[in-house]
Amino acid sequence: MNALASLVVALRALRVNLLRSSLTMLGIVIGVAAVITMVAVGEGAQQRVREQIRSLGSNLIIILSGAVTQGGARLGFGSQLTITEDDGYAIAREIDIVQASAPVTRGTVQTVFGNLNWGTTLYGVTPEYLEVRDWEMQAGRPLAQEDVDAAAKVVVLGQTVANNLFGDADPLDQTIRVRKVPFTVIGVLARKGQSMQGQDQDDTILVPISTARKRLLGGQQARQRAVVAISVKVRDGADLGEAEAQIRDLLRQRHRLGSNQDDDFWLRNLSEVLETQQAAQRVMALLLAAVASVSLVVGGIGIMNIMLVSVTERTREIGLRMAVGARRRDILAQFLIEAVTLAAIGGLIGVGLGVAAATAIAYFTDWPVRFAPEAIILAVGFAAAVGVFFGFYPARKASRLQPMEALRFE
Amino acid sequence: MQPLIETHGLRKQFRLGDNTVTALAGIDIEIARGAFVAVMGPSGSGKSTFMNMIGCLDAPSGGSYRLDGHDVAGLDDDARADLRNRMIGFVFQNFNLLPRTTALDNVALPLLYRRDGALPHAQRLALAAQRLAEVGLSQRADHQPAQLSGGQQQRVAIARALVNDPALLLADEPTGALDSRTSVEIMALFQALNARGITIVLVTHEADIAAYAKRRLLFRDGRLVQDETLAAPRDAAAELVAMPPPEAAA
Repeated sequence: MNALASLVVALRALRVNLLRSSLTMLGIVIGVAAVITMVAVGEGAQQRVREQIRSLGSNLIIILSGAVTQGGARLGFGSQLTITEDDGYAIAREIDIVQASAPVTRGTVQTVFGNLNWGTTLYGVTPEYLEVRDWEMQAGRPLAQEDVDAAAKVVVLGQTVANNLFGDADPLDQTIRVRKVPFTVIGVLARKGQSMQGQDQDDTILVPISTARKRLLGGQQARQRAVVAISVKVRDGADLGEAEAQIRDLLRQRHRLGSNQDDDFWLRNLSEVLETQQAAQRVMALLLAAVASVSLVVGGIGIMNIMLVSVTERTREIGLRMAVGARRRDILAQFLIEAVTLAAIGGLIGVGLGVAAATAIAYFTDWPVRFAPEAIILAVGFAAAVGVFFGFYPARKASRLQPMEALRFE
Repeated sequence: MQPLIETHGLRKQFRLGDNTVTALAGIDIEIARGAFVAVMGPSGSGKSTFMNMIGCLDAPSGGSYRLDGHDVAGLDDDARADLRNRMIGFVFQNFNLLPRTTALDNVALPLLYRRDGALPHAQRLALAAQRLAEVGLSQRADHQPAQLSGGQQQRVAIARALVNDPALLLADEPTGALDSRTSVEIMALFQALNARGITIVLVTHEADIAAYAKRRLLFRDGRLVQDETLAAPRDAAAELVAMPPPEAAA
């Protein structure tokens, strides 16, 4: 008897007991639906983390001024600004796997437009800054190299600052005062949202680094071309660790540090923080999938239960089939196919239900969901495997019956 | 001519806990082609075990059995299944039709398990329809067993037994669940089939049913104690003509 004929026999047997077949399937339906839904929710959460990484700037290394030792006292990070604008340019110039490098000066400033004013954080930057941060313009133009060269009094506003100074009005080409110095607004940044630490990244203004140094900032930042940080973007596909090592070597050389001296700067790799978060999300997603898988196994046990009942109930049918020439493997195939068909149909219905449930969750809550095709294929495959696994024992039991004893079974 | 069935010292023992029960204690018999044999005996005489043996449903514990020249005693489960499928048709007391399955599909069932020359679906159904016609049930092909009378169900079972053109028809108490008129009808069908050359072995404990056969075997305590050829078997077809017609709508 060929596979097709076995399938027809199995389908007919399932149709004869339609209600019972449907109830048996229910366990698998719920199991698969649970897996699909949970994986979709878990994947959605992971995707949100990935998007956060992207919003912070992927492949980002931040160089901060490090600890220095003065007369035996070890001073904290940032107490002395040890890195300079020129360090930033050197990194971009000399390290191949660095795509862009942006030295940054920073200050807290009060901005004024008309009768409105707003305190915000000012960054003195080079044109590379937006590339490094993966930051888009919403309106106007970004800072250009000419602005830096000429120490032009131009400013790009973050969304929060633009809203607070201009409300709904168009800020472009308006003049605002920053620490009483007039600046022309040349552009507005796109919304960036909160940082991982919960800071409003849009509460900021950008001016050319040269202008900031000359007109707005005092202290070391003004005197020694020192900067508070250098943001470095590593080329796609390049190894972040390798880039860090090369940057460290270059900076140690530029700062003339002997081999017995500590670094006077500090490298931070933001994606490490995020990877930790992502790993936590992954564990969460795995946990959800594992819990859902348990219900799939329970569904499989339901199939085994019903198949065992079915074998007992149909003992005479099995005896008759054997009497008219069915081999043991024909009986085995028939019951195995019945179990697998139950599981596979239940699995397909479960996929539909799971997709619907996840879509509903996405619709009624703000949880992101994402359907992974491999998870769907895996769930249906697993359901069919459950059918084989839990169907095999009853099927084997059926095929082991002695035909004459089966025929006399009451 | 080689006999269809030939056994020498055929034995069967069952193990019941610590005891070994001997169901058949050495049977020597030959059954020729075209025979119509009734097997009789009280319960526990071994007649059912004998039928299981010659029906290839079970392997003997000892002795030899040749069916149409094949040595059955040495065959494995699969080979015996094939032999049953090709050479033997079974008819049972309780019909053993598949429930919620049409008469036509029930008749076609053995064709599904044919290993030599499997037939396409349409051809299987055509052959089954032909067999149903031979037992006079063409009109009921689409009926399920629950919609048929006992006699009709047994006819469907006989059609199923015939569908693979078997050499041997084995009937185990085929009239046990039927009323007397229907029993005679079934026996008439058997006699007609036998007249076409099909060998029939019929197990029964009713002497008046055995009287339709041409040869009668009597079993007792696992042994064959009597083997007689009946000079003048009853003629079921003739008896049917003489009977009053069946009650209306029966």
